[in-house]
Parts: sequence; C-alpha cells; structure tokens
Amino acid sequence: MLYYLYDNTFEGFLTAVFDIYFRKENPERIVNQTTDILLFTETHTIITDEEKASRVFLGLKKKISRSALNMLYLCFLSELPDIELILLRYIQKSLASDISIETNFADDDVLELSKIHKKVSREAERMRMFVRFQKTADGLFFAAMEPLYNVLPICADFFQDRYADQAWLIYDTRRQFGLYYDLKTVEIVRFEQTPDFLRNGKIKQEQQDESETAFQDLWKDYLSSITIRERKNLKLQRQFMPKRFWKYLVEKS
Amino acid sequence: MNPQIFDKLKTLAEAAKYDVSCASSGTSRPNSEKGLGSAAGWGICHSFTEDGRCVSLLKTMLTNYCIYDCGYCANRRSNDIPRTTFSVSELVELTIEFYRRNYIEGLFLSSGIVRNADYTMERMVRVAKDLRTIHRYNGYIHLKSIPGASRELVAEAGLYADRLSCNIEMPSEQSLKLIAPDKDYQSVFRPMHYIQQGVLENKEDRKKFRHAPRFAPAGQSTQMIIGGSPDDDNKILHLANAMYQRPAMKRVYYSGYIHINQYDTRLPALITPPLVRENRLYQSDWLMRFYGFKVDEIVNEKHPNLELEIDPKLSWALRNPQFFPVDVNTADYEMILRIPGVGVKSAQLIIASRKFGRLTSENLKKIGVVMKRARYFITCNELPTFTVNEAKPEYIRRALTEPTKKKRKTNERQMKIPFEG
Repeated sequence: MLYYLYDNTFEGFLTAVFDIYFRKENPERIVNQTTDILLFTETHTIITDEEKASRVFLGLKKKISRSALNMLYLCFLSELPDIELILLRYIQKSLASDISIETNFADDDVLELSKIHKKVSREAERMRMFVRFQKTADGLFFAAMEPLYNVLPICADFFQDRYADQAWLIYDTRRQFGLYYDLKTVEIVRFEQTPDFLRNGKIKQEQQDESETAFQDLWKDYLSSITIRERKNLKLQRQFMPKRFWKYLVEKS
Repeated sequence: MNPQIFDKLKTLAEAAKYDVSCASSGTSRPNSEKGLGSAAGWGICHSFTEDGRCVSLLKTMLTNYCIYDCGYCANRRSNDIPRTTFSVSELVELTIEFYRRNYIEGLFLSSGIVRNADYTMERMVRVAKDLRTIHRYNGYIHLKSIPGASRELVAEAGLYADRLSCNIEMPSEQSLKLIAPDKDYQSVFRPMHYIQQGVLENKEDRKKFRHAPRFAPAGQSTQMIIGGSPDDDNKILHLANAMYQRPAMKRVYYSGYIHINQYDTRLPALITPPLVRENRLYQSDWLMRFYGFKVDEIVNEKHPNLELEIDPKLSWALRNPQFFPVDVNTADYEMILRIPGVGVKSAQLIIASRKFGRLTSENLKKIGVVMKRARYFITCNELPTFTVNEAKPEYIRRALTEPTKKKRKTNERQMKIPFEG
C-alpha cells in the first residue's frame, strides 16, 4: 500500500499528480499530511512545488477547456474524502485522450465530478443567499457561516463587487478563517484567539451599531407580513432553506 | 429612527404580498465607482417565507390608500383596513440598510393610487431616483407602472428601474370589467405599450451612442389571477402567449386566486387557492418558453383545460403517441426535449454525451432523466421496451397517476404499543 501525503492545497495536489507521472507510481490514496497512517503503509510526502504544479496545469490546459479546469478546482474545494482520486482519474483520462472528455457524461468520473461541481457551486450560491451581515459599533459588517464545502474563497469577488463601499468580514466558523475587506482589497484572515462572536456568529448588543437590533426586527416583521398564510408550506421552506443554515440567519435564530 | 416605521412596514408589506413577481434577474448593472450594490447576472433569493416563496426583493407598497375598488384586491377602497404611507426617505433608508446586510437583492415598489395616477407614479419615481443618484445604489429596482400614468413619467421610471411591470390581473376584459369596474384593458395596455416603446427606442439610441443610459434593462412583466373568473386555461395561455410575442415582455406570472374579500359575491368562494392549476400553468409557460412547444399543442378548443393529475408535457405525449418512441441516440434536440421526464439540462447532457458512445438506460438514469415517465417514450441502446404504442396511453396514465404502494409491509407479528399524550 502506497499513500501520497500532501499539504491540502491545490498546488500540492497538482504536484502529487506530477510525481505520479514522474515516479511511475500508482498510489492507493492521496491524503492530507495530518491523516493517521496505518502501520506498514508506504508513504511518499509531496513537497509542493509551483513549477511542477504549473507543468501539470499547462499540460491539462492543452487538453480541456478553461471551464473544465475551473470545475476541477471547485471540485477540489469540496474536500470530500478521496476526491483526489476522482480528480486524478479525470486528469489521467484527459491526458490520455486525443479529444476532450469533459462532455462524456457516460463516463462515471466525468459524471461524478460534474455532480460534485454542481454541489459546490450550489453551496457557494447559498453563501451569497444566506450571509447576513450585522453592523458593529465601529462600522464593520460582520457575518459568520459554516459552509459544507470550502467555498468562501470563490465568493470573494462577488462580495467585493457588491459591497464595495463598506468594510466587511465573513468568517467560516468550521475552517476558522475569514475574508476581510478593508475598502481596498479582500484578504484571508485568521485569528489567534477566537472570541465568542467568531464561534456563535453573534455580535453582542453593546458591540453592535445602535440601529442594528431595529433593522433585524424590521426584517423579521417584514418576513412574517409578506407570508401568505393560506399557502403555508413549511416543507417547501425547509427544502429551499435547509435547517443547517438557520443558526446564522437573523430571521430564524 | 421613527418608531412608526415598524407598523408602516407591517401594513404595507402585508398589502403587497399578493404580487407574486420576485425575479431579480435579467439585468446587467455592475457596481460602478465603488458605489453600493450590483445586479449582474441572475438574481439571488435571500430568504424563504413559511409559504415556501422566495424573498429576493423588499416587496412593499408606497401607500395602501387607493381610489379604486377592484374586487380581487385586498387594498380596495371599500375594505376597512389600516391605511398608511411611507415617506420617500423612509423607504430609501429601509432599502439601503436591508441591502447592506445582504437581506435583499433590491426593491419591488408598488402602490395604491392616491389623488391620481400621475401623482402616485411621481412619488414612486422619486424613490428610485434618490436611490440611484443620491445613494449611488446599483441594486435591483422593480417599479410597478400605475395604470393611467403619463408617458413622461413611465419614461423617467425606466431610466432608474431595472424592470417595470403592469398587471393585467384578469384573463379577459369581460371579467376585469365585472370585478374592477374602474379599469379596462386599455388602462393596462397603454403603460405596457409605453414601456415597450421605451425599450425599443433605447435599443436604437444605444446603437448610435454606446453609453446612452439603459431603459428598464430587465424588460417588463405582468400577472394574471387564476381561478377568480370563469376563464379557461385555453384563454389564459393564449393571452400569455400573445404577451410573450411583445418585444420587452419577459415574464407572465400566474397567481392562484385567494378569497380575500369574502363579502364580494362576484368572486368564487374558494377555500384553498388553486395551487395545482397554478403549477400546471407555470409548467405550460415553461414549455412555451424553453421547450419549443406552441400554445395550441398544450391547450386548444378541444382540450381547453390542463389536466390536473398529470403534467402538460405528459398530457401532450399521451395525446400524440405517434411521435414516440424517440431514439435518444439519434433524435435531434427539439424532439428529445419533448420526451416526458427529460428536462433542458438532461437533454443537453444527452446531446453532449452521445458523441462518445451509445447511451444506455443506465446512463440516462445517472444523467438525471426521470425514467419512471421517460421509459414509455424512448428507445436507447437496448432492446425496445414496453413503449406508449404497445402499452396504450390509457395504461400509462393509470400507471403514472395511481398512488405508489407502500414498500414496507407491516409485520403482523410485531407488537404494537400505542403511545398517547
């Protein structure tokens, strides 16, 4: 049994693909360095190398379209167990084929990745839907989220474009990092200490902007007034707005 | 903040809730000069109410005072309800603050008619103008065009709004006159025509001057009440189809009639709104817009009403078994779209994948085709199955509408303990 160990970055993964071709090996799994390894497992630790990664990337670029490359990256962000192996098989098939395989949905890996891609895109869409900013006393707009997949990085452009004239911070409580916009650029931020609001997503009353509670109440009032009671359908509501998001929604928590 | 704003919002949101339009798509208004907001690409739903409808816009009325007395409307003059009015600045502040918190995609503003149409329309345009010019707001704005408003005001509204709309409400002029005696089709069609002309003129202008300001880039929409009048689906869908022939018409909404004004005997006393019929109408609407169906294929003199128990595409297929079975490996896209159980996405996947090899029913299933329905209408890379021509349409109808049997049998020997309280 041979395991490849890498640092959980996309470059690291592409370096692993390079090494697989270079060393002519066929690893059983490609996993994060921190994974517990069984006794008697052979391992090879990948040292992330930008040059190797870009060679794989350029090679792929000749075989598949930009949107397919982008899809591979999004699927990687899903962080699903052994997503690396599906991606590896897709890359191997692409490199071996004369024509692009990206539309061959009769192939299990292509279909599987297109489904994962859909799931990840959908989760990113839900970030855009369900992020709820709270205004703090010093004018920062703060929101906490707990996405199933690591989609925060791909949402940055959207929020930067839309909320260009306000400083904001969106924090992923599961992966413990956030996106911070300071009116100029968006940066990934990590905090050494995690105060309460970074764990439960709620800014304390005294740290809120003075009108924050009023607008939260207005929003709740608005939603209950707009409901047509004759058409009540809680199941449909849950289907569109799954319960796992409710924790951070102003109107539901 | 004015404490009255809470009551105002409750009353005026309540007054606007029967307008079903919530789309915030179809426009392209990127953020400019680091202002607030963007409305590019497709719309985003930000929340869902307990009735399962999406909330993408702050949907409210400017005022619920009204000089008209339309039978289907909750805000008619003769109703005894609390009446109130937003000031322009209150509404602007609400929109901006909701928007900044990512609660909404934009504003949907409608209004009752006070004094006259132009007076009301002018106030509505003021809200949109203040948002765009003073607050540099680039989010979505949907304005209701007031029946009877002047051409100049509609033209000004189009400069600030992304979408304008004017509701036709009743599927025939006869019904409209009966239930809303103050209105006629002319008063609805005239503003619609102004909007359409604005869009077309703007198109010409933009050919000459690339930076000419855009006029209602997301076009216009309208709404019809379903089940409030004796008009059949044939009438409704033909009217909708005629609407879609107009250049700027983007959406026709169907709203199941809710019996609000219970004292009014001109309207039917429905206990629950006709939700299934509404759903079937939307399905037919989609068939016309995205599946290449002609309206006469869905409803006609012979079949004036949609079937409630099966969807309109299946209904068409059962009436026209001569077109089936379709071979998914050779048929063209238009025909694949017509197979019951195949949507636009699966049809595209089928076309893309069959270049690489012949598709089997297993492949189709994984692609997302609903084989429960589709299997009677297709052949693929396998021996022909029991298709609509062998099985007869009546059999398939029965097979697909009968309630599915419970899979798990209850074990007779299992001891049952009834829990109470």
